[in-house]
Amino acid sequence: MVLESQIPEGPIAEKWEKHKFNVKLVNPSNKRKYDIIVVGTGLAGASAAASFAELGYNVKAFTFHDSPRRAHSIAAQGGINAAKNYQNDGDSVYRLFYDTVKGGDYRSREANVYRLAQVSVNIIDQCVAQGVPFAREYGGLLANRSFGGAQVSRTFYARGQTGQQLLLGAYSALSRQVAYGKVKLYTRSEMLDLVTVDGQARGIITRNLLTGEIEQHAAHAVVLATGGYGNVFFLSTNAMYCNATAAWRAHKKGAYFANPCFTQIHPTCIPVSGDYQSKLTLMSESLRNDGRVWVPATKEMAERLRKGEIHVNDIQEADRDYFLERKYPAFGNLVPRDVASRNAKMMCDEGRGVGSTGLAVFLDFADVIKRTSAEAVSQKYGNLFDMYAKITGENPYERPMRIYPAVHYTMGGLWVDYNLQTTVPGLYATGECNFSDHGANRLGASALMQGLADGYFVIPYTIGDYLAKTPPKPVTTEHPAFAEATAAVQSRMQQLMSINGTRTPDDFHKKLGHIMWEYCGMSRNAEGLRFAKQEIVKLRQEFWSDLKLAGTEAEMNQALEKAGRVADFLELGELMVDDALDRNESCGGHFREEYQTPEGEALRNDDEYAYVAAWEYMGDNQPEKLNKEELTFENVKLTQRSYK
Amino acid sequence: MAGSNPNAKPMNLTLKVWRQKNRISQGGIVDYQVKDISPDMSFLEMLDVLNEDLLRQGQEPVAFDHDCREGICGSCNLFINGRAHGPEQGTTTCQLHMRKFSDGDTITIEPWRASAFPINKDLSVDRSAFDRIIQAGGYVSINTGGTPDANEIPIPKDIADRAFEAATCIGCGACVAACKNASAMLFVSAKVSQLALLPQGHVERKTRVENMVAQMDKEGFGACTNIGSCAAECPVGISLENIAILNQEFLSAKATSNNLA
Repeated sequence: MVLESQIPEGPIAEKWEKHKFNVKLVNPSNKRKYDIIVVGTGLAGASAAASFAELGYNVKAFTFHDSPRRAHSIAAQGGINAAKNYQNDGDSVYRLFYDTVKGGDYRSREANVYRLAQVSVNIIDQCVAQGVPFAREYGGLLANRSFGGAQVSRTFYARGQTGQQLLLGAYSALSRQVAYGKVKLYTRSEMLDLVTVDGQARGIITRNLLTGEIEQHAAHAVVLATGGYGNVFFLSTNAMYCNATAAWRAHKKGAYFANPCFTQIHPTCIPVSGDYQSKLTLMSESLRNDGRVWVPATKEMAERLRKGEIHVNDIQEADRDYFLERKYPAFGNLVPRDVASRNAKMMCDEGRGVGSTGLAVFLDFADVIKRTSAEAVSQKYGNLFDMYAKITGENPYERPMRIYPAVHYTMGGLWVDYNLQTTVPGLYATGECNFSDHGANRLGASALMQGLADGYFVIPYTIGDYLAKTPPKPVTTEHPAFAEATAAVQSRMQQLMSINGTRTPDDFHKKLGHIMWEYCGMSRNAEGLRFAKQEIVKLRQEFWSDLKLAGTEAEMNQALEKAGRVADFLELGELMVDDALDRNESCGGHFREEYQTPEGEALRNDDEYAYVAAWEYMGDNQPEKLNKEELTFENVKLTQRSYK
Repeated sequence: MAGSNPNAKPMNLTLKVWRQKNRISQGGIVDYQVKDISPDMSFLEMLDVLNEDLLRQGQEPVAFDHDCREGICGSCNLFINGRAHGPEQGTTTCQLHMRKFSDGDTITIEPWRASAFPINKDLSVDRSAFDRIIQAGGYVSINTGGTPDANEIPIPKDIADRAFEAATCIGCGACVAACKNASAMLFVSAKVSQLALLPQGHVERKTRVENMVAQMDKEGFGACTNIGSCAAECPVGISLENIAILNQEFLSAKATSNNLA
């Protein structure tokens, strides 16, 4: 199949306006004849479901949580970008567009990113009107802060819990439509397959997580807003339930998976403390506005510190290496995430890491506390400091935080065209679930922006174009494709339950995570990747012959839920490795050791790799087929990214 | 790794856990032993250890709700030694760490107890009543698009801050679990206050409070008798002031009701 990105003609600033005029419309009285399924109720899903219902479509919204408000968007801390230029500091739609394309290391689609920057301003208006309590100045107007990869203050925030406030806003809009009867909400329901009829998405198969019942749902279109796949790594800042199953099943039904190896390792997370660790906790990037990152200047001093012979606060200024400020004077501690992460790793590799494992660097607030006050710092970051203290038992007001990079976000995802439609007609992907806007590295405060842009302001327009071409006849689950998909899901459940081996789903998940982190994490090389591929294949065979579960599939069974997700991670992990092997260059979060500049920065190869790698499923145990969407840059000049 | 107390020794604990097959079956307390628990583990990581052991022995793991493990999603909801979210003030179960316990302790773990929160299985309860209360009016009735520029609605910083404080409710239900009446007043008041404080919420302030309170009553939550254990046990510090605001909003709405339903 030739990948049609559907990018409209014309100058970049006019594409979206033109496109909105050119797409077909469904007339108001016909909208109620169309059913849309939305899977996931985070920012991208709840905003889309609410907006569809407001337009008059019938919506079925699905979440595996007990309530839409639990989606992991809730945990986003730092903020949301928008090109409002309220600070009069030179921001504009074009600058946000430019920063995002550059920040993504020139591996995103220009037209999508420009549209994202354009609608960013509407998001803030929308959220404020909903009653989202953003931070304000004394004059009553909205406050902003700065974030990595930008030299303007364009990030709107609600203390350290911006994601929570935005999600509760979208949840309230969704709840209103549930009350009106325009959205039917299915909680504790997990999508386990996509149903296609004549090549078009026509429904989903779900499992009721309370009863184990397998259910069929039909619609004229299906939207996946199911988040990212960072939990392939076992340890990540994702929530425990975050998984790739919905997207992966859609992939196996024909949706191409794009750039799976583009994962974001976030520089400021609380370091691992033991083998029992179940997840990692992020310390918002906003902390890098005021916190200074450093390690001891020498290996010897770092060693004495690790052994407890000296106290961190006794290390003199001259003996501290503020390595980001030293290497990147223009951006300092606010370099993009991939650059900050890689540099922290380099310091630890040099033996200058801190903490008992040596896998941590300091994030120090002593200067800002001295310059302002502990109270002022608490006003800005209070909940983050509290969280740090609870987890580590240390007081970050008195001694620097210890941080280390951790998996945080996945830029890759289902391939979508400009309309956010996947390669399966009638199947759409929004938010982190798709690949479209962040290239090889996402800038901070851009995930919330993209999720809400897709849900509130893009897909409500673009889905109409597809529906207008679909007859408004009622859809049912009578087509044999539903029965087939149901049987396949049931047989897989039974297969998992009947292995009766010795090892738990978590055991396999941890092993997979270890392989991925070691060989397909912050830095990769061909030899390691080839080894990882073999190991994953082996582990997958072990999984299907030695898995241990208990209980039955006809009841609430959390271990079974987990097993199904791990089974999919074991397939997706291999594709991530294949993709990383194929991409013989370094860009953004994908750092291939073989391809770096003399200073150790990522070295792109624009002549050969300025493409989106869109992988096509070819059947069980068959290699996936690589399809390429060439990226053309008409507005931004491709250069070596420099934050010096 | 160096937490606050690098020399802390692993602990052995006795757990008394509520086990219940499903919504209609009888439940009961079952005793378990867990060994070598690190003080740096979170409470839920300690339960992970128990569950891995159980599963390896072919027994069903203990069902419990959890997700973000950062204290923000509101999923986790354990009643630990007679307290919602356990012994540490202002902390969700997932952020409670084992350094708060000692070697040899016996820990009793139960689900939230409220008739409006039926038990699904073991420690997992159904809190969909909270969703239905929000559906009854916990929003500003605006559609996507057509909203004014964000800075056209200036809001005094102290008002915005108070609205934010109320809006930080995570919907975990600890307030209900802590209340001897199983009242949901703190939860409902947090949303009512947020939207009553902000100008965006003023248009619907009367119908909102009336409808949300009516739904709360319909769900079978108990009445508020101003004891304040809800606020004392709230993991995110939602203030009792919100209940005062709710009462005021409710009375004034009733006195001048334009709710014709």
